[in-house]
Amino acid sequence: MGDTQSKIRVLIAKAGLDGHDRGAKVVARALRDSGMEVIYTGLRQTPEMITEAALQEDVHVVGLSILSGAHMTLVPKVLKLLKEQGLDDIKLFLGGIVPDDDKPELTKLGVTGIYGPGTSTQVIIEDIQKACQ
Amino acid sequence: MPVNHTQAILDGERLALTRALTQVENNSTEGLEILEALFPHTGNAHLIGVTGAPGTGKSTFVNQLALAYRKLEDGTTPPRVAIVAVDPTSPFSGGAILGDRVRMQDLAGDPGIFIRSMASRGSLGGLAAATAGLVQVFDAAGFEIIIIETVGAGQAEVDIARLAHSTIVIEAPGLGDEIQTIKAGILEIADILVVNKSDKPGADNTLRSLRNMLSLAQPNGNQTMHHGEMTEMDPEENQTPNTWIPPVLPSVATTGEGIHDIVNALGAHLEYLKVSGIWQEREEARLQDQLENLIATALRSHWEKRIPEDTYQDTLAQVIKRKVSPWRAAEDLILGAGL
Repeated sequence: MGDTQSKIRVLIAKAGLDGHDRGAKVVARALRDSGMEVIYTGLRQTPEMITEAALQEDVHVVGLSILSGAHMTLVPKVLKLLKEQGLDDIKLFLGGIVPDDDKPELTKLGVTGIYGPGTSTQVIIEDIQKACQ
Repeated sequence: MPVNHTQAILDGERLALTRALTQVENNSTEGLEILEALFPHTGNAHLIGVTGAPGTGKSTFVNQLALAYRKLEDGTTPPRVAIVAVDPTSPFSGGAILGDRVRMQDLAGDPGIFIRSMASRGSLGGLAAATAGLVQVFDAAGFEIIIIETVGAGQAEVDIARLAHSTIVIEAPGLGDEIQTIKAGILEIADILVVNKSDKPGADNTLRSLRNMLSLAQPNGNQTMHHGEMTEMDPEENQTPNTWIPPVLPSVATTGEGIHDIVNALGAHLEYLKVSGIWQEREEARLQDQLENLIATALRSHWEKRIPEDTYQDTLAQVIKRKVSPWRAAEDLILGAGL
């Protein structure tokens, strides 16, 4: 048979109730241009929808974009649901507005990377590639 | 592959299923073993292809179609529905944005639905090389309806017709005049033609020109032009067990208008396929196609292993210098590999 092809698959989701998806789209585009397959799910995703999509798409990475301030509620819920589905090998990345005070707690919960406004997309790409090795 | 893993897929366990889909998509050794083990359990699902130009509303339509199947009110258990949605891979970076799920939010939370996005990974023709494999996994896992959404297709991406039992071609108002409708290609493969966005201006014109196109192909078809007036006959009266005249149906996928007629048309088409024996013919053609593709791929990889890279590069250089023709070079390289 032909060559085995494996690509890094990333789910990009806007969790919760905010409609600002420009950041998510910029990241999705940058990941595409680095050769990844990006499943874009659109706005207002619940943790249940995100977990279901991550399962169906068998992604390596979930990238959550949250600008509403609800990250301390949404992120633990997504991590818990992923674990319940047997998907604890998925790496969770978080982008948006996250106060520095919350970062240690989120990292402890299992978030692999947290990125605020102005982050270079190259940094995100490299971190994802490293996490998927 | 361990037997219990195969059993888990056959039982519809979603984690086993999704991991199997990945192995098959990646064309790994494990993926081949999975397909091998599942093959005896395939051949039961109704494969429905949905194709059409970018922006005609394919994903939204698929969303409504899946919803309609899950809410069939005929008292029976609704069929489980799998969706394979293909989007293009960038020829430059090899990456892809798979955005079909954005239009399928209504399907979240229904355990009877499984959506898998795939990138075309360099294949032309509107599907990915592994699409047929993914469909076989879903088939074995007991999904009765499998909807395959192609890359937004132009005029010649017709691979879907070889894979699906029933092919729906989606058109939208304002995409071309009547000459477009008589060209060869995508319209020829339609078992059902849908004019989506039929609430938009010009939809009647599109419906009419598609029906005219079909009446050119089927002079005794579902309508006739008489003294300049369109006389429409009931398509159902003209469908016989052994002929199928593709119906042209309007829909508004954002609201679901017209979807029930399309589900009925799909049911009628399935019935026709079975009664006329064409189901069997298509299955045979599909398996033959798959076998030939596998042989072509295997021969190529066999050839690549046997021809030294230097020999290949030297021959290529000769061709580039126009010392040897590509035809001659190809023959030499094939003979040189002992094939």
